[in-house]
Amino acid sequence: MALYGKAFKFGDDISTDHIAPGRYFHLRSNLPELAKHVLEDADETFATRVKPGDFVVGGKNFGLGSSREHAPTIIKLAGVGAVLAKSFARIFFRNAINVGLPVLICDTDRICDGDELEVDLEAGLIKDKTNDIELSFTPLPKTMVTILEDGGLVAHIQKHGDFKLD
Amino acid sequence: MGKTIAEKIFCEHVGRDVKAGEIVVADIDVSLVQDGTGPLAVRQLEKLELEKLAKPERTVLFLDHSAPASRKELANDHDTLRNFAKKTGAQLSEVGMGICHTVINEIYVNPGDILIGADSHTCTGGALCAFSTGMGSTDVAIGMALGKTWFRVPETFKVFVTGEFPVGVFAKDLILHLIGLIGADGATYKALEFCGPAIENMSMESRFTISNMAVEAGAKAGLIASDETTKKYLEKMGRGSKWRPIAADDDAEYERVIEIDVSYLKPMVSFPHTVDNTRTIEEAAGVVINQVFLGTCTNSRLEDWDVVSRIVKGKRKAPGIRFIAVPGSKYVEKQVMDAGYYQILAEFGAMFLPPGCGPCVGVHGGVPADGEKSLTTMNRNFRGRMGNPKGEIYLASPATVAATAIEGVIADPRKYARELTSKSFPTIVNTEALKRATVMAMESIEKVATETARKLGPRVKETSEIKSH
Ligand code: SF4
Repeated sequence: MALYGKAFKFGDDISTDHIAPGRYFHLRSNLPELAKHVLEDADETFATRVKPGDFVVGGKNFGLGSSREHAPTIIKLAGVGAVLAKSFARIFFRNAINVGLPVLICDTDRICDGDELEVDLEAGLIKDKTNDIELSFTPLPKTMVTILEDGGLVAHIQKHGDFKLD
Repeated sequence: MGKTIAEKIFCEHVGRDVKAGEIVVADIDVSLVQDGTGPLAVRQLEKLELEKLAKPERTVLFLDHSAPASRKELANDHDTLRNFAKKTGAQLSEVGMGICHTVINEIYVNPGDILIGADSHTCTGGALCAFSTGMGSTDVAIGMALGKTWFRVPETFKVFVTGEFPVGVFAKDLILHLIGLIGADGATYKALEFCGPAIENMSMESRFTISNMAVEAGAKAGLIASDETTKKYLEKMGRGSKWRPIAADDDAEYERVIEIDVSYLKPMVSFPHTVDNTRTIEEAAGVVINQVFLGTCTNSRLEDWDVVSRIVKGKRKAPGIRFIAVPGSKYVEKQVMDAGYYQILAEFGAMFLPPGCGPCVGVHGGVPADGEKSLTTMNRNFRGRMGNPKGEIYLASPATVAATAIEGVIADPRKYARELTSKSFPTIVNTEALKRATVMAMESIEKVATETARKLGPRVKETSEIKSH
């Protein structure tokens, strides 16, 4: 499956507080409303500019901080096709897979803000069409591929009634 | 080949020999959600039509982040969790009972357990030698229902700590120093194992501070062997029978070994906006501070209040600085009341919030103004954390918070060595009163925690009956 969109470039250490600020705690049971504030503390204009299929591109340790699954959920709700980063914090990474948001580890230094990207999830390839470069990303562990392919953890359990990871 | 603590706990739970790097499905002993992550967990279980919990008596729902509720939406989220507790027999830790990580370890966690929590600082339980780790709402929801989840058994970094803490330097300074050393992603996907003479000599309360912050280095768990100190703590909390010794094998395999001699350690301060942006107190001293905050799952236990009370007793806080103090749990609240610490802090000029997360997550009370600087005992200082992205958060030990409250600028707590070591200070004043406080607080927590199960039994079909209570 190929994804097309524009890169929104962020720096290192984008925390879940940047993505889903605590002051919007009261919107956690109202995800569409919370999604209007996605990444607000990193870029106030992001939520209004992002289009379905676009990519969030971070530096190292993307998603560090709290366990709030609302963070990857509202990135997905905003229409983002995948998050690309040099590295991810553990809980965010697992949550993203659970909610069906692809998270790709690659050398994002070479991608610039606004670049047109094409991502082939199966082939493990990212094409930066603006810069005319190709990047590969680290394949996901098999367990996570299984969950992602089932459409997230809820769908995985719905389908199998239990963990079925082998 | 010997085993790390993490490998030992997973071997027991999986029922076969497992090694770091393996993916396993393991049984869960204890699980928790809080008011920010619990409602989503509940909705996921509804979606899956999973209404039965594997271990309702060890599944705990905490109302702590917005406690008491600051808005109607959050009050309704609280009610979602109350109703879920009624329906499933899960334990409810009501508003005012305290922070999830403080209370779960006071009451539910035992050495060798696996604890998962929909909150990143679930790793606090590593201090009791439980494999405790934070996950998202969906992971924990499914863990609560099925009684198991999948893990990748982590590789371990051994943090070998020697030497004696200088007066005015504490566990908080050690963990800030370590995170500054290896970075906020220095231990991502790994377990940290803290050991060595300085850890062996450390109180249980300080151990909680250390394990609590493991996640700030990206770690999955922050484990400490179960020893005599663990045993005494469990005995004090009324579950001495749950103690057993657990330690890594001498020939366990570590991915990395880090040695720290605390004799050379100085008070440390994390500067905005990342935890690994650490400086020594000499580099930090003099920064003008508007608000100090003693509290959170990192530093809100009796020992922390004791240190602060020693330093501020008989003094007045600097004009223009606000001081917010929040006990971590009802149990701590009772202890500090009986020790006279509320009185000391009140006379100094502090104000108090009820047991809970307080200003830590920016939901209510204590939001800083634009450009204001807060020095806190929190575990993270990300932009916007306290509710205002234009505020700046500095992290330090309770002692540094106390010294700073006196001087109005970031100040070196080592200046207060005399107060800190004074034998005449009425610390743990009256053991009889303290014992009474312990029993009373335990009873009140137990009462709320088990109320649903006691009144209604673990699985009640007649919801109309529930309403009549
Ligand atoms: S005190 Fe702060 S860090 Fe701890 S659980 Fe509450 S919000 Fe999270």
